[in-house]
Amino acid sequence: MKLSVESLFQGYDGKTVIEDIDFQANTGNILSILGPNGSGKSTLIKTLCNLQDPMKGQINIDNRDIKDYTREELSKILGYVPQYYNYTQFTSVLDTVLMGRKPYINWDYTEADLDIAEQAMMRMNIVDLAPRYINEISGGQLQRVFIARTLCQHPNFYIFDEPTSSLDLRHQIETMKIMREIVHEENSGMIIALHDLNLALRYSDKILMLSKKKIYSYGTPRETITPEAIKDVYGVEAEIIENERGPFVLSYDSC
Amino acid sequence: MTAAEDIEKISDTDQTDLKDRRSYIKTIYNASTQKKKTFIIIMTALLLAVVVVSLSLGSVLIPAFDVLACLFNQIIPNSFTLSESYFSNIIINGREPRILLCILTGIALGASGTVMQSLLRNPLVSPFTLGVSSAAAFGAAMAIAFGAAIFGSAYYGIVEIIGISFSAKTLITILFAFLFGTLSMVLVLIISKNNIASQSVLVLSGVVVGYLFQAGVSFAKYVSDDAALREIVNWLMGGMWGATWSSIVFIVPIVLVGFILLERRAVDMNTMSGGDDVAKSLGIDVRKIRRNLLIVCTLITSACLAFTGVIGFIGLMAPHICRILIGNDNRYLIPASALMGAVILLISDTVARIIMSPQELPVGILLYLIGGVFFIWLVSRKNGRYLA
Repeated sequence: MKLSVESLFQGYDGKTVIEDIDFQANTGNILSILGPNGSGKSTLIKTLCNLQDPMKGQINIDNRDIKDYTREELSKILGYVPQYYNYTQFTSVLDTVLMGRKPYINWDYTEADLDIAEQAMMRMNIVDLAPRYINEISGGQLQRVFIARTLCQHPNFYIFDEPTSSLDLRHQIETMKIMREIVHEENSGMIIALHDLNLALRYSDKILMLSKKKIYSYGTPRETITPEAIKDVYGVEAEIIENERGPFVLSYDSC
Repeated sequence: MTAAEDIEKISDTDQTDLKDRRSYIKTIYNASTQKKKTFIIIMTALLLAVVVVSLSLGSVLIPAFDVLACLFNQIIPNSFTLSESYFSNIIINGREPRILLCILTGIALGASGTVMQSLLRNPLVSPFTLGVSSAAAFGAAMAIAFGAAIFGSAYYGIVEIIGISFSAKTLITILFAFLFGTLSMVLVLIISKNNIASQSVLVLSGVVVGYLFQAGVSFAKYVSDDAALREIVNWLMGGMWGATWSSIVFIVPIVLVGFILLERRAVDMNTMSGGDDVAKSLGIDVRKIRRNLLIVCTLITSACLAFTGVIGFIGLMAPHICRILIGNDNRYLIPASALMGAVILLISDTVARIIMSPQELPVGILLYLIGGVFFIWLVSRKNGRYLA
């Protein structure tokens, strides 16, 4: 499956936040969206998920405009994990994960739905949390619960807005590793907004770097994550070092 | 548990362990579903028990056996003989409509409170806080204060509907309360039209509309003569005096259909707890569902409040008690809160009916008292994260 974005403009109240965005994401691949705060990553993610209508341009899935898909169809194609979480107290972790089955059910969950929820929870290592209330768990656990919910949704594209922001080092790496496995197993695609350049460098197939509302660069991690790009986009001195485990970004105080 | 232990666990997990964990999720799900179903069954049984007690209590004490016998006779006529033949008249025409009105109002308020809280992700929302009650009160107050001036002599006439005669006055009051109650939500939706997705704007609009109608009620009170003022005050305090079989015939279909419409969308409402964006990404038309279900809630509460006057707090209290007991899954929470609302209202009304017998205490007063104390408890609990 192919998700392509064509000369997309998006913004609020007549002001653009992102301009002239063109790229393509394919299943089987991880595409990371990088860029400083306010560069429009979340806006782009929300537009991709059809949560906001674009100002201009269009988004196609397999050459068909996403506006021509029904809500139900799209909910089976695109799985969204937001940057900020809403939840209501006294909702159990299991009920939250099961929400991801909504596109496939009407009122009741079947045994199969429970199995799928269980697999997702095992993958995110939150099975033990199942009976707990969602307001009783930590921020990092919460983030894994919401990722598990999206895994249950079995979408073709996982679209995540900074899914690792509240995770500790180990869970950041675990989560990225698991997501890469899933992408390869299911042949699904992943589009992910990230802040951590090293995670992006290690786990992405393609990088889309945003700067000043526009695409700064689009290519493989090695092509795009360079000291010059980091200096231009983030305003930070950096160098890329290489050891037997691969390349790493080191950043410095620019003064 | 530290993260390191967490990860170690996953790598240590062998195949048999996985199988155990597999049954673990199903066990948890089935156990929690069973718990919720049991709760609903217990509430139903409790409601039936309270109905029997309430039917037997009053200025004439009717033994429980006669109550049951009379109920049975209504299904299969003449199967039992009552110890006093006039009991059956007291039960069927005196107490039953009143009890049914309590139950229906409790169901409407409990279910709507739950749904409004879920739709707007706000624990303080209820038909009361969103202005529906104030608007219904405004309609009733207008009818009482200005009915005679507007409708002239027809206001004092008698109207016959389905073979039962009403005073036109009562009918107009009921109609106005219903219309204005419904109108309030339309008004709220229009005010927040451009922001309907933003639930805080909607809640604020509801509060403001409520104040506007309260101003109207105050005005009606101010210009009314003594007799009308007394009637308005009575209406504002709420009570089950309006209970007749014809009112029940009017309310039953509205509440029943409304309840089914709400319950059918329970899973959609569950997804809305994750935020509007998440619900949308799961295929829910958030805007449409929020608008439609709020209108359903308003219709069923207005239909009941038109007959009972202002009944506060049930719509807030019943859902909160049930949330604490069975959690947030709307599929079970809506029926549970509906039953809880019915039980609370029926007990309150029964107490109000007999506490100062032969005089009656308006049930609204009792409910405000219970509701107020409950609310203080709710917000001041040590574990007060509830409202965070």
